[in-house]
Amino acid sequence: MISFLSHLVNGLSLGSVYAIIALGYSMVYGIAKMLNFAHGDVIMVGAYISFCASQYWGLSPLVSVLCAMVVCTVLGIIIERLAYKPLRQAGSLAVLITAIGVSYLLQNLALLIWGANPKVFSSVIGFEGFTVFDGQLKITGEVVVTVITCVAVMLLLTWFTGKTRTGRAIRAVSEDKGAAQLMGINVNFSISLTFAIGSFLAAIAGVLLCSSYNTLMPTTGSMPGIKAFTAAVFGGIGSIPGAMLGGILLGLIEIFGRAYISTELADAIVFAVLIIILLVKPSGLLGKNVQEKV
Amino acid sequence: MKKIIALLLAAVMMMTACAAMADEAFIIGSIGPTTGPYAQYGSAVENAAKLVAEEINALGGIQFTVLGEDDQGDGELAVNAYNKLMDEGMDILLGTVTSGACMAVASVANEERLFMLTPSASNDLVNQSGDQIFQVCFTDSNQGAGSAEWIKANRPDAKVGIIYNNALDYSIGITNSFENTAAKIGLEIIAKSAFSDDAAADFSVQVAAMKDAGVDFVFLPIYYTPAITILTQAKAADYAPTFFGVDGMDGVLEVEGLDKDLVQGVYMLTPFDATATDEMTVNFVTKYVERYGATPNQFAADAYDGMYILKLAIETAGLTADMSYEDMCEKLVAVMPTLQYKGLTGDMTWSADGTVSKLPNAVMIEGDHYVSAE
Repeated sequence: MISFLSHLVNGLSLGSVYAIIALGYSMVYGIAKMLNFAHGDVIMVGAYISFCASQYWGLSPLVSVLCAMVVCTVLGIIIERLAYKPLRQAGSLAVLITAIGVSYLLQNLALLIWGANPKVFSSVIGFEGFTVFDGQLKITGEVVVTVITCVAVMLLLTWFTGKTRTGRAIRAVSEDKGAAQLMGINVNFSISLTFAIGSFLAAIAGVLLCSSYNTLMPTTGSMPGIKAFTAAVFGGIGSIPGAMLGGILLGLIEIFGRAYISTELADAIVFAVLIIILLVKPSGLLGKNVQEKV
Repeated sequence: MKKIIALLLAAVMMMTACAAMADEAFIIGSIGPTTGPYAQYGSAVENAAKLVAEEINALGGIQFTVLGEDDQGDGELAVNAYNKLMDEGMDILLGTVTSGACMAVASVANEERLFMLTPSASNDLVNQSGDQIFQVCFTDSNQGAGSAEWIKANRPDAKVGIIYNNALDYSIGITNSFENTAAKIGLEIIAKSAFSDDAAADFSVQVAAMKDAGVDFVFLPIYYTPAITILTQAKAADYAPTFFGVDGMDGVLEVEGLDKDLVQGVYMLTPFDATATDEMTVNFVTKYVERYGATPNQFAADAYDGMYILKLAIETAGLTADMSYEDMCEKLVAVMPTLQYKGLTGDMTWSADGTVSKLPNAVMIEGDHYVSAE
């Protein structure tokens, strides 16, 4: 029973990291209708910036996280301006390939700047955690902070896109770019803003990911990036609660699959579940089934 | 027309320039992952090989030119890299760095008769891929068997568990020979848990499996990157067994940002100690740090030894740089089993099938260096 609970806690924690990454994927897909494959690598950059800030410049953990957020947000806007904006009228395949290119560019830049050797990321969370059931089950500070952050981010994003003017503008652009422009919405600004938010979330995800699983390498972001993309599709890409649900379910399936079925087949199970869900419900768990009008 | 003639002339000049270069120096190819998840290993080998080439060239005798190519640890890319280096006139290959890629290259090189000395491809099958391939490092089965024997001799009551990477030839090879030897000498293994490369982020399940089975001695036949995460997650779960790594664990102390408390008391089997005070080690470590700003790991030390072994073999066999690589290969294959070499990673001799014989050495991490574990 205790081991079941401990797997549950670990699954929630891993799932929450996936969920935060998936939210970034989902937001960008929703508005730009493109898969930003470089998202996973922005996570890696965020973690490196936070690492540098605390290790080399001697800043406190909290300030190092702020640094990572600022750098990633700016990076997201720059990537959008230089790599994606010129292709806004081009086919979706061109943008997709560009995104893969940006992903490799970021990975190799990181290799150039920080080298191939892994770095150990010391957790930015000072809170030690606590034990329950007479000390049998330990819940670390990282788990608590990750899960709380994930829920907070989801609620904030729902509020932002539902209640604020800018947020509603983003939703309008995502539904119909042309009509939104005719209504006086600045489409380019809305898209840039979405990329900024997505990259901001990537910085948070990077710091949380590396706080729990502490080795940092230029390839650190790629696998979580792919898993989170899966989570976004799983939950219904473009949907904010969907990304959250997909991420958490994916984390739980991964950990429970590893614990009770096979440590070796965990990834196969994760992706098999994705295939089944997509066969039964092609738009994902909470995705909207949009009819194409001809 | 003029342009074409000019281009042709330029091409001819370049070719003669290349040929001239090839006649003076032995062209040593170095293939290994210098990008991707294993980049730290390939870079270490290439860096060390280039450093040693300068050292040897400065002596004035045999001259070496080292050409490095990246294979990301992948067999197909390694064969491409091999073909590229062959086009550039490679005489001998110091490589490749990882076992899987090495076997892919060895079968091609065996047909073409190019001599290979791998600094670090430790899989047992590497030597079977060709008669012209020799190893600098231990084979995996030596390491697995050596680890099991050490544990049986020094910790007879240990409740042993294994966490290994089932997507890595290196890890599987050591695990298999560890289990076989353990069964032979009566060392009980009570838990075994695997992970695969792609899922190498979260080890909470593997750590829990060890803890729940009551394991107090965890054998880690893996590289240090996942090992660090395993140590961290074990600590987070309040689980403190003895950890025992193999040579892939070497270099862990040099990882930037590492909380050294995490690795205190970790054992490992490694032939190289960068903190040793003998002249050879100090000289190499100082030069390496000066040039590359990082302490050399075991892969760098293997490459260092590899270059000096090549020098010794070339001198003993009486090779000259203008010979064809096929002739060099036949002479080197004949001379390797007769050599005795004393290097950074121990005293070595070779059997005719290419396996190196040297003593495994168990160490323990104490403070920021290794101490002998005996």
